Amino acid sequence: MTTPAIEVEKLTVTYGAVPVLWDIDLTIPQQVVMGLVGPNGAGKSTLLKSILDLTPKLTGTVKVLGQSFASNRKRIGYVPQRSSIDWDFPTTVLDLVVMGTYGRLGWFRRPGKQERSDSMAALERLGMAEFAGRQINELSGGQQQRAFLARAFVQDAPIYFLDEPFTGVDVPTEKLIVKLLHELRDAGKTIVVVQHDLKTVDEYLDQVSLVNQTIVASGKVKDVFSEAIIEETYSGRSRICSANPQGVA
Amino acid sequence: MSLWELLGDHTFQTVLLGTMGIGAVSGSVGCFAYLRRQSLVGDVVAHSSLLGVMLAFLISYWLTGQGSKSLVLLIPGAMVAGVLALGLAQWIVSNSGVREDSGLGVMLAIFFGTGIMLLRWVQKSPSIPGKRGLESYLFGMAASMTQADLIMIGIVGIGSILVMLLLWKELKAFTFDPLLTQSLGYRTRWLNWILIGLFVNGIVIGIQCIGVVLMIAMLVAPAAAARQWTESLGKMVILAAIIGATCAAIGTVVSAIVSGVPTGPVIVLTGTAIFLVSLLFAPKRGILFANRKQNSLAMAASQERSE
Repeated sequence: MTTPAIEVEKLTVTYGAVPVLWDIDLTIPQQVVMGLVGPNGAGKSTLLKSILDLTPKLTGTVKVLGQSFASNRKRIGYVPQRSSIDWDFPTTVLDLVVMGTYGRLGWFRRPGKQERSDSMAALERLGMAEFAGRQINELSGGQQQRAFLARAFVQDAPIYFLDEPFTGVDVPTEKLIVKLLHELRDAGKTIVVVQHDLKTVDEYLDQVSLVNQTIVASGKVKDVFSEAIIEETYSGRSRICSANPQGVA
Repeated sequence: MSLWELLGDHTFQTVLLGTMGIGAVSGSVGCFAYLRRQSLVGDVVAHSSLLGVMLAFLISYWLTGQGSKSLVLLIPGAMVAGVLALGLAQWIVSNSGVREDSGLGVMLAIFFGTGIMLLRWVQKSPSIPGKRGLESYLFGMAASMTQADLIMIGIVGIGSILVMLLLWKELKAFTFDPLLTQSLGYRTRWLNWILIGLFVNGIVIGIQCIGVVLMIAMLVAPAAAARQWTESLGKMVILAAIIGATCAAIGTVVSAIVSGVPTGPVIVLTGTAIFLVSLLFAPKRGILFANRKQNSLAMAASQERSE
């Protein structure tokens, strides 16, 4: 068996005294599109962020491609929720994508010709080449998401985490994103995506993890995505505490 | 004194150079405070620095028997007080359910209130030499600037600009998308404190000329005005620096010619005026332009309907 892309052990995250994620074990194999599915406030985004060490964990360890997270953190390309940034920031689409190259540049080094041409290539892949010079505040929701994905793809990471890439985007963009994610998987990459829409799980995902404070079930879509388990995920929300922690998407 | 005589005067040249430098530095670092929506952080530093100024003054009095008002001493005092106020606010926020703005507000009140109390106490105690003019740290007194003060302003200001240029890429990415910047492997905790250090510098260099009460305007107004005219961070920072320096020059000249007009308020009011003009008239982002665009859209919509 090959090394899993991500191994999470005994992960617990709390906001103050409120548990958000409780004792999570999760293994994500390589070269799949894995979806995190669950109700609002179930902790899907927090799971991504805590794996990426963007949110403090109470307990738990994360391994990336068999090694410690710290030594392999740059091998995960992260696409945050679109709404997590201010789209009125004074910058262009190309500039935004070039930021994806900052990881390989490191401190002090400035992006040059190579970084800009890589970024243009990533924009082209997402059908956004003509928008390179545009201000980011002129983009539609779908175009914003495409720019975000171009910024992630320019990192050329073996693993990608996408937080709600289909929220508020137009249908052609959604179809294009799915096609690209499948292409990336076929090229050997691993994709983890937070998804809301249950109807498209079969079509978009190879594997699915149903999340509600704990992992209710995880595995191949055809094995675990049953009505009983969906029911359990969406109704059994009070397994640890009765209140739904606020502000956790 | 006429304007030309004034410009030839060596003391005035020192003051003018100092205030323009302050305007340029606080204007440019202010862009990052504006884009991070951290104006309140700047204001906490500004008000809290009064306590640092008073303590630095008193320490110099206790050590030498003569209270010193040199910026070489007062600026470090102000920096320590500003950082301490922010650090305490952050500690309260992360160890309790208190929201960030409340934590900051409480610290502002404590530090500024204590500063004012010390100021009154010093003014009332008859035996402290050098205390005259301390109250001008509230609203600024550019004329008291010495050569040593100018050098201190220069060191802090040029240092800040150099840090900003050296870490331009990192500060830009962190301001725009802190989560991405962290996921790319950057230590965002450092970047956060570097930016806060820049805000602190942008504030404390102006405590003498513009004063602790109004200095926040020099951090925010040029940045907010510059944002109206440009869609590039680089141009925004340069424009804010120019606006800041221009306000400072106008304020300094006016307060030197018209007797009894304090420098700080004139500089700040000039900055506010430029901001208001930008808010109304800037192409694309200006209120008038936006209204006109809306009206023409409404007209087009109603025409389409009648056809």
